[in-house]
Amino acid sequence: MHKLPVSDVDWKVIRNDFPILARRVHGHPLVYFDSAATSQKPRQVLEKVRHYYEYENANVHRGLHELSSRATEAYESSRQRVANYLGAASADEIVFTRGTTESINLVAQAWGEKFLREGSVILLTEMEHHSNLVPWQLLAERVSARLRFVPVRDDGTLALDQLSSLLTPEVKLFAFTHVSNSLGTINPVSELCQKARAVGAITLVDAAQSAGHMPIDVQELTCDFLAFSGHKMCGPTGIGVLYGRGEILDTIPPWHGGGEMITSVTLEKSAFKRAPHRFEAGTPNIAGAIGLAAAIDYLERIGRPAIFEHDVELARYAMQRLVELPGMRVLGPPTERGALVGFVMDAAHPHDLTTFADRYGLAMRGGHHCNQPLMRRFGLPGTTRASFYFYNTSEEIDRMVEILHAATRFFS
Amino acid sequence: MSPELDELYQEVILDHSRRPRNFGELADATVRVHGDNPVCGDEIHLAVKLGVDGGLEDIKFSGHGCAISQASASLMTMKLKGRSRAEIVTMLQAFHALVTEEAAEAPKALGDLRLMQGVRKFPQRVKCAMLAWRAVEQALRQTVGEVTVSTETDLMA
Ligand SMILES: Cc1ncc(COP(=O)(O)O)c(C=O)c1O
Repeated sequence: MHKLPVSDVDWKVIRNDFPILARRVHGHPLVYFDSAATSQKPRQVLEKVRHYYEYENANVHRGLHELSSRATEAYESSRQRVANYLGAASADEIVFTRGTTESINLVAQAWGEKFLREGSVILLTEMEHHSNLVPWQLLAERVSARLRFVPVRDDGTLALDQLSSLLTPEVKLFAFTHVSNSLGTINPVSELCQKARAVGAITLVDAAQSAGHMPIDVQELTCDFLAFSGHKMCGPTGIGVLYGRGEILDTIPPWHGGGEMITSVTLEKSAFKRAPHRFEAGTPNIAGAIGLAAAIDYLERIGRPAIFEHDVELARYAMQRLVELPGMRVLGPPTERGALVGFVMDAAHPHDLTTFADRYGLAMRGGHHCNQPLMRRFGLPGTTRASFYFYNTSEEIDRMVEILHAATRFFS
Repeated sequence: MSPELDELYQEVILDHSRRPRNFGELADATVRVHGDNPVCGDEIHLAVKLGVDGGLEDIKFSGHGCAISQASASLMTMKLKGRSRAEIVTMLQAFHALVTEEAAEAPKALGDLRLMQGVRKFPQRVKCAMLAWRAVEQALRQTVGEVTVSTETDLMA
């Protein structure tokens, strides 16, 4: 399974693009292993956003003046940039949102209320982030639909052998994550989408943990919806994307009402624009969209295959080193995993471990990672999670192991 | 080594977290409170026997959580057993000040609980330290029956 390196990117030089990586925390060099929560941002993205505010700031789709046309053009070309990045058929399939959570809520509310009815089944998996669980619970409550779950096996993979009995004709929607944010599991998206399509179910992919980490082509994956956040892929916070296949997006009624999303308004009634503008009421996050496009440019210059390769190698090396530690249990599959490792140690509770590590400049996340049902499934109150991105190095993993050894001594 | 870590995880605290005192069930409890810190998954089940005068006759706890929440619960139960309602309320306020206020004096009455002062340098850990206390506060309010409190919904004044 060993792949040859696909690029000769100088990863150490890339670190210079991220000013924050040079800072110290509690007197120690920062080791940032929390990119699954939010990634750091390169200068190139920060400068693009700053330039927009300094020289081009204006509202979109409204003014007839020069700056407004420029802002509109920058905003709409960002949409096209996202469409190309995802292999979408058209920029009209790209809706800008605040992030993954809002994208999923848009589908659950606007699509779900129109197309689901009593007895409809929403199929999810046991490994979903609360963002891809709670919106469906709320919808199920409102329309009397039912939720059903694909179980997770002990090794952190989905019980795919049960899929055919779970995917019955009542299943109207199958929503699942591409990469699990606490197990690291990479799910076989295109296989899942094809099986769902065979019973007439619509699919939604939560790509929060994959969009900035690996090549994605929505037409190859054959998903109907795909959601992600800009801030986990070098972009600003507050901007995200909902991809929706054209035929489906056009059938969805408006969600939020307001300016920008209408064609004509009388006191009694309004007519609405087509997708995607129908779903973007009010002044959008213009700078966010521009920043996201800059992040995509940045990632594409490095190349997603190279990023994926680097991430996977870091995860593999981390797994290899972590098992050296006494009383260590790493969650999730041994191979075929994304850029993160969740683990528990006999020596200390995840909270204590994370607090300890933080004092040595090592930023990890400790807790349930918005995966309470999954933690319960594994009988754990939570885990410590180290998550990586292309700017991390194997030396940082060595440092993590050193700190965890020190923690073991400290707590036992 | 980090002095803040040494102060937070003093030997006595680690000892109480490894071998919590008053850990287990209380058959004749008058009130049971399930305390829950949804942010980190810590849980504490507190069983309290209140006397006719409202004083705390006996107390036990079970559950799971980080070293700070376990040690805090263990030290607290030792301190509160046999105390009157008024004494408990005073201690609760003093302990809250101890773990949250930079300048708070540590009153002698708190005894070993004063060792938890290191928490004030770790604002993210205050909820861990307060979990057991939230539960006991609720027990005094409730006086009978069984109830659940959460660190997210039941913020103390
Ligand atoms: C798998 C997954 N889905 C959804 C989300 C939610 O993303 P956001 O908070 O940016 O909406 C996250 C990130 O926390 C995630 O990891």
